[in-house]
Amino acid sequence: MTTFAQAILSGTAQGAIYALLALGFVIIYKATHVISFAQPALMVCGGLFSYHFSAVLGWPFWPSLFIAILLGAALGMVIERLALRPMVGKPVFTLAIITIGVDVVLRVLANRYIGADSRALRYPGGGERYELLGLALSHRQVTIIAVTVITVVSLALFFRYAKAGLAVRATALDQETALAQGVRVGAMFALAWAIAGGLAAIAGTFIATGSGGIEQDTWIIALKALPAIIIGGLDSLQGAVIGGLLVGIVEQVTAVYQAAYLPFLGANFSLVAPYALMLLVLLIRPYGLFGTKEVERV
Amino acid sequence: MTTTPVPGSAPHGPRPPRGRPLLRTSYAQHMGLLNTPGKRWSTLVLVIVGFCAPLLFTDDLLQVLTLGLFAAIGAIGLNLVTGYAGQVSLGHAFFIGLGAYTAAVVGGDTDGRLLGLGMPMYIWLPAAGLVTAAAGLLIGPLAVRLRGLYLAIVTLGVVFLGLHIFREASNLTGGPGVGRRAPDVELFGINASVSGGLPGLDWTRDQQLFVVALIFLIIFAVAARNIARSGVGRAFAAIRDRDVAAAVIGVDLAGYKLLAFALSSFYAGICGALYYTVVRVIEPTSFDLLLSVQFLAMVLIGGVSTISGSIMGALFITALGRMAIEIAHYVPFVSTSVTGGGLLNVFQLEGILYGLLIIGFLIAEPRGLYGIWIRVRNYWKGWPFSY
Repeated sequence: MTTFAQAILSGTAQGAIYALLALGFVIIYKATHVISFAQPALMVCGGLFSYHFSAVLGWPFWPSLFIAILLGAALGMVIERLALRPMVGKPVFTLAIITIGVDVVLRVLANRYIGADSRALRYPGGGERYELLGLALSHRQVTIIAVTVITVVSLALFFRYAKAGLAVRATALDQETALAQGVRVGAMFALAWAIAGGLAAIAGTFIATGSGGIEQDTWIIALKALPAIIIGGLDSLQGAVIGGLLVGIVEQVTAVYQAAYLPFLGANFSLVAPYALMLLVLLIRPYGLFGTKEVERV
Repeated sequence: MTTTPVPGSAPHGPRPPRGRPLLRTSYAQHMGLLNTPGKRWSTLVLVIVGFCAPLLFTDDLLQVLTLGLFAAIGAIGLNLVTGYAGQVSLGHAFFIGLGAYTAAVVGGDTDGRLLGLGMPMYIWLPAAGLVTAAAGLLIGPLAVRLRGLYLAIVTLGVVFLGLHIFREASNLTGGPGVGRRAPDVELFGINASVSGGLPGLDWTRDQQLFVVALIFLIIFAVAARNIARSGVGRAFAAIRDRDVAAAVIGVDLAGYKLLAFALSSFYAGICGALYYTVVRVIEPTSFDLLLSVQFLAMVLIGGVSTISGSIMGALFITALGRMAIEIAHYVPFVSTSVTGGGLLNVFQLEGILYGLLIIGFLIAEPRGLYGIWIRVRNYWKGWPFSY
C-alpha cells in the first residue's frame, strides 16, 4: 500500500511537469487552432536558458528561472511571428507541420549547445527529503508541485479576470468575431505563444534539475504532454492539467508494478505506457475526457 | 483504323482525335495516364535516362539515388493516406520498420543467431507488404473514430509503441545498437545484392540495385496512379475534402478510411523491406519520429496528392544529406567531421536545412516541387500568352 501511495505521489510530481507542458499545448491550440510540435524545442531551450544563467554565469536559481521564462516567452513570440503568422487561416495540418520544422531547426541549435555531455542544473534545495506516514518526497518534487499549482491558479485567474485573459478567451471562441469586437487577434496569438513558451521554460528548468539533466534526447519527454492533452481533451485547460497528472501517475505506477506483474511487456514499458493509455481512452471517448465534441455541418 | 470521331460528339474512348492531341472529348481521355504528347515524350525520356543512369553515375551517387527511389515507394504510400484521403499519419516509421523486419524474418537465414524462415524474395516481399497492411488495418478502427489532429497524435503514439516493441523483441530485431541483416534481393536465380550478379554484365551491387529500385518504383507508382484516378481515388478525395459531405453522397467512410490505411501501410511495408536491402543493417531505433517526419517532408516538399511529386520529394529529401556535404565544401564555417570545429557540422546543417525547407515550402509554395513544375509548364504551355 505504501509502495502504491509512494508511486502516486512521485507520479504527481512528474505529472506536474507534464501538466505545465500540456497547458502550453492547449493554450496555443485554443487561441490559434494550432497543435504546436515545437513545444519540445521550447522546453529544451528554456531549460538551457536557465542552465546558462545559473551554471555558466553563476546566477542564483530563481532569478535564472525568471529570466528563462522571459526568454522562453520571447522565443515563443518570435516563432509565432516569423513562422505561423504568415500562415493564418491555412489548414491546421499545414500549421502543425510548420511547427515540426521549427522544432527540428531549434533542436539542432540546442543540441549544438548541449554537445556530448548532459547539462545538469544544480537544484538549490539539494537532496533534502520530507517524510510523512512512510511516504517520502524530495524538496525538488515539492517545489515542482508548488510551482505548478501557483502557475495553474494564476493562469486560471488571468483567464477569468484579466482583460487580456478575456480577450484570449474571445479569440479562442471565434477569431473573426473577436476581431470585429476590437480584440487585437494577432497580439492574442503572440500572447498565447508567449505563455506556452514560458510554461515550457519552467518545465525545462525543472527537468534540467533532475537526475539526468538535459541531454540530446531529453526533448522526447515533452512529447508525453501529447497523450496528456489527448486524454484530457484538446481544448480543455483543466483536462490538460488532469491529463498531465494522470500520465505522470500511470508512468510511475507502471514503472513500479509492471516488471512484477506484466513482465512480457518488456523493460522500460513505463516510458510508453502513456501512449498505450491514450489509445485506450480514445477508443472509448474519441474527444478525450473533457474535450468538446466537434459539431459539423456540411 | 475506323472513321475519325467528330469533336464534341459522344465519348470515343481514351484517345483524342488524330491531329488534335489536346482535345478532350471524354472523361476517360481527361483522366488518361499519359494524355498529352508532352507527357508521353518526357516519360519516355525519363525512363530511358533512368535505365542508363547506372552507366552515367558513380556508385556512391547511385546508392543515394537507389535509396531515394525505394523511399519514393513509401512516400507514395503516405501520400495515398495523407494526401489523397486526407488522414494525417505520423505513424509511417512504424509501418516501414514492420515491413523491414517482416522481410528480414521471413527471408533471413534459418540457422542464424536470430529467428529466420529462409524464404525466397517472391515470398518475403509480399509478406512484408501484407503483414504491414494487416497492421494498418489494426490502426484503422482508431482512424475511423478520430479526425484531424487527434489522429495525427494517435499515430505518433503508434511510433513510440512500435519503437518499444522493436527494442524489446530482440530475438526478431537483434536489439538496439545491433540490429539484423536485411535479406538479399534475389529473384529468378539472379542475386542483385552481390556484385556481378547479373549474368553477362560486370556490374557492381549499386548499379544492379538501382535498376531493381527503378523497376519496382515504376510498378508501384503506376499502380498508385491508377488507384488515385479510379473510383477509390475519387472516394478518398471526397473524404479529404469534406468527410460529412462524402458520407451524405454515399461514400462508405469507415471502409474507405480502412482501405486508405491498409494501402498506405502496404506501400510502407514494401518500402521498408526494399530500402534496407541497400542499407544492409536494420537497426530497431532507426524507426523513430524523425523517420516519420522525413516521409511527411517528402510528401509536403514533393507535392500533396501527386504521385510524381512524391517521387521528386523522396529523391530530394534522400539527397539532402549528400547536398549538405557538397555545400560544406563551399561554405567556410561548416565542418565535415562529427566532432570537428566550425560553426556547424554537416549533420547539423542537414537538420537545419530540413526544418527550413519544410517551413519555406509550406509558406511559399504549398504545392511543393510539383507546384513549381506546374508553374514552369504552364508558362511555356501558354507562351507567348503566359501572363
